[in-house]
Amino acid sequence: MTLSPSTMAAVRASGAVPQAEYLLNVENIRKEFPGVLALDDVQFRLKRGTVHALMGENGAGKSTLMKILAGIYIPDQGEVYLKGLPIRLKSPLDALENGIAMIHQELNLMPFMTVAENIWIRREPKNALGFVDHGKMYDMTAALFQRLNIKLDPESQVRDLSVANRQMVEIAKAVSYESDVLIMDEPTSALTEREVEHLFAIIRDLRSQGIGIVYITHKMNELFEIADEFSVFRDGRYIGTHASTDVTRDDIIKMMVGREITQMFPKETVPIGDVVLSVKDLSLKSVFRDVSFDVRAGEILGIAGLVGSGRSNVAETIFGVTPATTGTVAINGKEVKVTTPNQAISLGMAFLTEDRKDTGCLLILDILENMQIAVLQDRFTKFGFVQEKQITDACEKMSQTLRVKTPNLEEKIENLSGGNQQKVLIGRWLLTNPKILILDEPTRGIDVGAKAEIHRLVTQLARQGVAVIMISSEMPEVLGMSDRVMVMHEGRVTGFLDRAEATQVKVMELASK
Amino acid sequence: MTSEQATVAAASRRSRRLPPEVNILLVLIGIALVFEILGWIFAGQSFLMNTQRLRIIILQVSVIGIIAVGVTQVIITGGVDLSSGSVVGMTAMIAASFAQSSTWARPVYPGLTDLPFIIPIAIGLGIGLLAGIINGWLIAQTKIPPFIATLGMMVSARGIAKWYTKGSPISGLTDQFNFIGTSIWPVVVFLLVALIFHIALRYTRYGKFTYAIGANMQAARVSGINIERHLIKVYAVAGLLAGLAGIVTAARAQTAQSGMGVTYELDAIAAAVIGGTSLTGGIGRITGTVIGAIILGVMISGFTFLRVDAYYQEIIKGIIIVAAVVIDVYRQKKRKV
Repeated sequence: MTLSPSTMAAVRASGAVPQAEYLLNVENIRKEFPGVLALDDVQFRLKRGTVHALMGENGAGKSTLMKILAGIYIPDQGEVYLKGLPIRLKSPLDALENGIAMIHQELNLMPFMTVAENIWIRREPKNALGFVDHGKMYDMTAALFQRLNIKLDPESQVRDLSVANRQMVEIAKAVSYESDVLIMDEPTSALTEREVEHLFAIIRDLRSQGIGIVYITHKMNELFEIADEFSVFRDGRYIGTHASTDVTRDDIIKMMVGREITQMFPKETVPIGDVVLSVKDLSLKSVFRDVSFDVRAGEILGIAGLVGSGRSNVAETIFGVTPATTGTVAINGKEVKVTTPNQAISLGMAFLTEDRKDTGCLLILDILENMQIAVLQDRFTKFGFVQEKQITDACEKMSQTLRVKTPNLEEKIENLSGGNQQKVLIGRWLLTNPKILILDEPTRGIDVGAKAEIHRLVTQLARQGVAVIMISSEMPEVLGMSDRVMVMHEGRVTGFLDRAEATQVKVMELASK
Repeated sequence: MTSEQATVAAASRRSRRLPPEVNILLVLIGIALVFEILGWIFAGQSFLMNTQRLRIIILQVSVIGIIAVGVTQVIITGGVDLSSGSVVGMTAMIAASFAQSSTWARPVYPGLTDLPFIIPIAIGLGIGLLAGIINGWLIAQTKIPPFIATLGMMVSARGIAKWYTKGSPISGLTDQFNFIGTSIWPVVVFLLVALIFHIALRYTRYGKFTYAIGANMQAARVSGINIERHLIKVYAVAGLLAGLAGIVTAARAQTAQSGMGVTYELDAIAAAVIGGTSLTGGIGRITGTVIGAIILGVMISGFTFLRVDAYYQEIIKGIIIVAAVVIDVYRQKKRKV
């Protein structure tokens, strides 16, 4: 069908739309980001009056697909059909006006406005003088809440509401657009059990009204409880769609992780020494608790878990970015108190953070300035003056060792590729001669070649007796590189797996427990 | 040419590019030449070939320049210091009160006259330093925006300057004290200060950390920099230099008044920004600021020389400051693409 968008809009408005079997039908969608193929020839179908779960590991492509459906991303290729008619969504507003509403994980409400104002924003009922008719708005909100069985005062301010109640407001807002399609991104992640029950009741009610719900979740039990169908994605590819009554938990996990581990990880067995870092009952209030583990010299401890499981927070706490509320950390058997990164560094720790841009690179500065910044704390200065020659030589040598692709060290780091930026940041830490190296997503968003080089480097460091902690969302990386894997789920350690027993299925089981 | 060769070629081209100060220097020369030409057309005389005028320009620039050296460092960290003008007034008053001659009829402290000049200078520097430390402490420890912290100091320091003698000026300063305001000593002080902090920013750990904090505070923290301590240092330096500027101002005028230094903070910020310091932090050099301050001085002198009404001067100055920031924003945007 090759009708112009305006024709399509007219057809849609006329109501002469055939009762298509599928509310949404997505075909051959492809979406590429610089350096990453996020979606590769993906399909997806949503039936009227069903709850359809999207499943997959981090980075499988669920979020990208969902954002395409909500008009946030525009696909490079492929077609989206809404009720049988092709549509090109240009913006979230465009999607909303076509009956597709998305409830984001991070809620998008205005805290200093009332519930009613939030729901009817941009569509406020007006009186004869053109002013907002608050009375009518109140009644409309009350009616909407009654329909959804939500017990909230339309006049209360959003900032006074609990997360669960804010979610209810978001849902009510989505429903108020008379949406046919509702997209929910892990809606239960911040809810208590009772709140989840209420949410599910609302979802069932909406489903019975013929609305289609796209439901993204990492929780297996929710899938069986609420979803009619589910689709699995892996590495940006569509794996399959099944009715949730047809399968077992194990089937789904297999579909989610079902790839072979390639031999690209140059893991060597190196002699493992004494315990270097010992963490006991470490907790950070309302983020993670009772985390205990040891890491030995030459050992690589992988930390696996879904995004939001508290993996990165544990690393940040050990490094003193967010000091622990309770628990102890010991280095070489001696208990230490780390409340700032500065202390962590002087104790021989190094921490490659997850977010290169936010907490890693000094983007507007050059390679030299980026690389030297951590080591200047303790070395390469005399009476406060930087020993330019020595530090430049050291950085030069480091960038050659790490094979940073750049003509000179005066190049701004923002002009480098992600992989080369990461090498510079690794160089920053290696200059401090760390005994404990914490790597958070060391290869995220970088190309395969640089990835392999970084893996080789980590192995080398382990051979030199560095105790390595490696957090990664990439299952093959965790399994391929680690001597032991610690799995986290919702702020708790759910288990340890030795290299020999660690499989993707086992890790996934622990990660979604 | 492979893509790698291409990046190498592009990069070496970049590294051969001239330092950013050259652009600012060209702007300065351009402005001076415009005044030179207009001078011959409208006033029938040379703008530049007049040593008296050039002397006045650099003398005028000196006080603003001393402040701007400190403010530049604050702006590099991503902050701002609005208090420097008021600190000038406050330190001018307090320093002057310890620099009075016994021949003066009614000194502020009758028992403390004819003190060696080093005492009022030390007290003035100490007061400026203290104001800076308070600014830095507020910003680092309470996390309030630098704008607010230094705005508070701006109002309070001016208040102290007025309260100190209930508004009356302090005169009868010793010749020893006045000496640093005579001849071209203010210029010497300015250039010395500029040189010291040029070296500090480029060649010391203090400087590297200052740029790192402005470029990415979170990354700097994770890299082990004690952000709080460093910010206090930077604001303390800015306060110290504002105090120095206050001493020089009082010595030049051979008297102190509570209204001294009004809007100097804005001129200092303008000098830094015109000199290429980025308000988003991480970028800026003392050499640029020095040139920026001279540009301001040349413009004021030039307009006066051309007998442009003082009202128009201010209007034009405002436009130039905004234009400098617009250029900065434009440069940032271009860099991101």
